[in-house]
Formats: sequence, C-alpha cells, structure tokens
Amino acid sequence: MRVGIVCPYAWDVPGGVREHVSGLAEALMDLGHEVSVIAPADDDAILPPYVVPAGRAVPVPYNGSIARLSFGFLSAGRVRRWLRDGNFDVLHVHEPAAPSLSLLACWVADGPIVATMHAALPRSRALHAAGPILASALEKISGRIAVAEAARSTLVEHMGGDAVLIPNGVNVGRYEKAEPLPGFPGTGGTLGFLGRMDEPRKGLDILLAAFPQLAAERPGLRLLIAGRGDPDDVLSQVPAACRERVVLLGEVSDDDRVRMLHSVDVFCAPNTGGESFGYVLVEAMASGAPIVASDIDAFRQVLRDGQAGELFETGNPAGLAAAAGRLLDDPAHRAALATAATAAVRELDWSVIARDVVRVYEAVVPVAGRVAVAL
Amino acid sequence: MTGVIVLVVIAVLAVLGVYISWRAGRLDRLHARVDAARFALDAALVRRSSIALELASSRLLDPATSVLLAGAAHDARSAQDAREMPESDLTRALRAVFSQPDFRMLLAGREGAEELLAELESASHQVFLARKFYNDAVAATVIARQRWLAIVLHLAGRAPKPEFFEIDDSLVANGGLGGPTADIPHLTG
Repeated sequence: MRVGIVCPYAWDVPGGVREHVSGLAEALMDLGHEVSVIAPADDDAILPPYVVPAGRAVPVPYNGSIARLSFGFLSAGRVRRWLRDGNFDVLHVHEPAAPSLSLLACWVADGPIVATMHAALPRSRALHAAGPILASALEKISGRIAVAEAARSTLVEHMGGDAVLIPNGVNVGRYEKAEPLPGFPGTGGTLGFLGRMDEPRKGLDILLAAFPQLAAERPGLRLLIAGRGDPDDVLSQVPAACRERVVLLGEVSDDDRVRMLHSVDVFCAPNTGGESFGYVLVEAMASGAPIVASDIDAFRQVLRDGQAGELFETGNPAGLAAAAGRLLDDPAHRAALATAATAAVRELDWSVIARDVVRVYEAVVPVAGRVAVAL
Repeated sequence: MTGVIVLVVIAVLAVLGVYISWRAGRLDRLHARVDAARFALDAALVRRSSIALELASSRLLDPATSVLLAGAAHDARSAQDAREMPESDLTRALRAVFSQPDFRMLLAGREGAEELLAELESASHQVFLARKFYNDAVAATVIARQRWLAIVLHLAGRAPKPEFFEIDDSLVANGGLGGPTADIPHLTG
C-alpha cells in the first residue's frame, strides 16, 4: 500500500508523537508498504529519506506550552502538493485536532483518511470555540485510532463517534541490551527516574519525598535521575545527609537513556497525570527494569493492573516508599516482574502494532476509494 | 502677644489641614484614574479577544490557523485572575498568524477580510494604548502612596494598592527593541 503519514509537530523536536510516527513508518516499510511522511521541518534539515519537509515550524502558545507547528495557507499548499505527488492509497494523520499539518491535511484531502489521537485534551471549552471549523475537517476521517483510553474518551466526548484502541508501539530490540552506566547499578541498590525534573506532573517531588526513608534503611541505596531541570532545585528537596546519594545526569542522549534504564534496580514512575499512554514505562519494560509506578489509568493499563510492575497510590510518597522498598529487598520478585514486563512489552513491539494499523487501513480503503485532493 | 501666637497656630493648623485634605483628595483622584484606566483596559482586551475569535470562526483562514487563534482568544477571554499569561499568549498567537509570509496578500479580496483585519489591528493598538495609560496611572498612584505623609496619615484609606499589568502586547515580530517607532505596534503581514 502507498501510505501518506502526517506528523503535526516539528520533526527536529523529540516528542511522543514524532517518535510514534517514525516508529510506525519504519515498521510499515518493513512490512513492505511504501511510506511518505510530511512533517514541519526546514527545507534544508537533515531528514530520513521517507520524510518530506513542510517548511519551518512556528513556535506558538498551544495547550499551555509553546509548540512548534505549521499552519496557514502556504503550509496547506505544501500538503496539497505532497498529496498530489504521493498518490496515496491511504492518508494517516496524527493528532488531527492540533492546529497544524494534520488538520490541514484533513482539510485539503478526500478519500480514505485514518487518524490517530494521542493526547487527552483537558481543555474542552477552548476546543469548543473552534468547534464547527474543526468538525468540518474532522468529519472526513473514516477510521479513528486512539493510543490510550484517555485519548479515546477525549475523542468520544468532544467529537462523538468512537475509536479503535491501538497502543503506542515500541522498538523493543533497541532496549533489550545495553551496557549499564559506569558504577551502576552497584551493590547497594539503585532507584531510577526518567523525565523532566521541573514538570510537576512527572512527580519527581513524590520520589524525592520517599527517598530519605528508603535511604535511611538501606545505607548503599542511590537515586539516579535523568532529565531536564535545575539540579539545585532538586537537591534542595533532599535532606543534606543523603544528597550525595542522588546522582543527576541531566538531559541524556537516546543511547544513554537505554543505558540508564539498564543501570537501575527499580525504575520509579511517580507521575500524577498528564500521561495518556506511559511511553516511559514501556521503555523501562523493554529494558527489563523492575517498575514501581503510580496507579494512574495509563500506567495501570500498560502494567496490566500490576502484573508487570508494582502500582502505588498516585501522589503518595509513603506508598511509593513501601512499594519500592519491597522490591529492593526482594531480588526474586524483581526478576519475576522484569520477566513479566518483557513478555508484556513484546506485544507492543512495532512489528505487532503496525499490523494492527494496517488492518485499519484495509478496513477503510475499499469503502473510501483513493486519496484525492479536495480543494 | 499670646493672642498672636494662638492666631498663628490656628492659621498653621488650618493651612496644614487644607494641605492634607488636598493630598488625600489627590490620592483619591489618582485611584479613580486607575479604576477608569483599568476599565478601559479590560474593555480593550475583551474587544481584542472577541475580534480574534470572530476572525477565527470566519472561515477566512485555514482550519489550523483558526483553531490556534480560537484557542488563544478563548483562553484570554475566559481567564479570571491570572490574565497576563493568556493575554500575552493571544498576542503571540496573533503575531504568529499575522507574520505568515504573504498573509495579507492571500486574504486580499476575500469578503470581509479587510474589515476584520483592520478591526483587529485597531483593537490590538487599543490594548497597547490602554495598557500604557493604565500602567502610567498605577505608577503615579504608587508613588503618591509611598510619600511619608500618605503612609503616616494612612491617606489611601482602604483603597487596594493598584498593580501593574504586564503583558506582551507588541505586534511587531521583534517588537519593543527598536527605535522610536517601536512604541507603535503594527501587525506585520
């Protein structure tokens, strides 16, 4: 099949949707399909061969932060040209409600359109303000996919209709083997955290509140943190006595991310919300790290109600300390959880997920004809 | 002799009384000016977000630009206390929309486009002016409130201390940095 995929967010900014699009595109090509991706990117940017640049992304306030998006008539013209040149059997847009290329593609295209919803959109009234315009572009979508229950319920609430649930894929092979960081995990035990240190919803403060107690009972225990944010800010939340047992890596490369996940005895995900899927957990599972996570819906789902990782009450440092402590003291239980996690995550490998997506393509193509340029 | 001293004291007290009441009246007028300026500023902000929303729902723009603008305008209009952030975001959204290459050219000739853009431009300019005048009134009032006489005699009474309204309201792409013309916002296009 000739598949055209639209990514709404700047290609040079790492992010969940972009990762998803590249993972899906490559898996589809492995299955023998022809794929072209259009994404906001400079014309002279270095891109994978299957990515077509849609021009510079403009930084704009969107959904509470600054996003780099492509919008406007000129971007719409680029999408139109890409559609014409591509002659696709199916058009697959991602996050079509975001004010960027995906929405423009829905606007200018006709025919079989599949859309994947990624995020849960909490701000329904802002969406409502643009309702009619959004509705007339999104009406053209013939098959909808949601990556998680939260994204699916947003869709049902705002736009009516329903969506098939196909979770985010992960390239399991990339995580299976890696050299731990020098000196880790060590013999005294290591807890790990991955994510922005200054984003409250990632819940680092909950882990920092739980750490002193865990550290007091286990003299060799260390805490390994990778992510963006102010180190002094983080260290000031820990009592001076155990400050030197907190190791901050800062922002790390993709390779070091995997090495970091192989460097911990227990991986902690104390997120308090805002996660629609829990990619960070999937990465940890693929790396074989035993997991302690807050019991938000997305995590509960990925960890299969606790079978593939320990869950604790969201926002409760004592709960986190108890769960992490249990795991730290029980190597056999850790090994069992890691085994269960690696088995569960195999079903999320892109090779498996991409087949499910192709089934959706096959369902809409015969009904909707070929992709055409509408206006 | 004592009669003269008494008269002088009475005269001094009278002058002092008149002076204090003049100062209190002035402070009162300053607070009233702040209130009036705030009212004008609120009206200008509401007008700007309403027109932005109108443009967003006009179908003159592509849907992505519309959604972006509608979201920003809606957030600005529905903000209650912390208005500075969403209003600045609306400015940034407007700037991003208007600085698209050939933006005006692409809209030229479409029905109602010219009027809406002109109205939005004037509303943005109103916000810029109203905010300048409001902050001006606030500055004068804050200074007057800080005089020792005002503090000692509590001349401001129960009037709350006015606060500056700081937003990004420059519509030039790199606004606020240039020479004398930097004072006048333009929607570039």
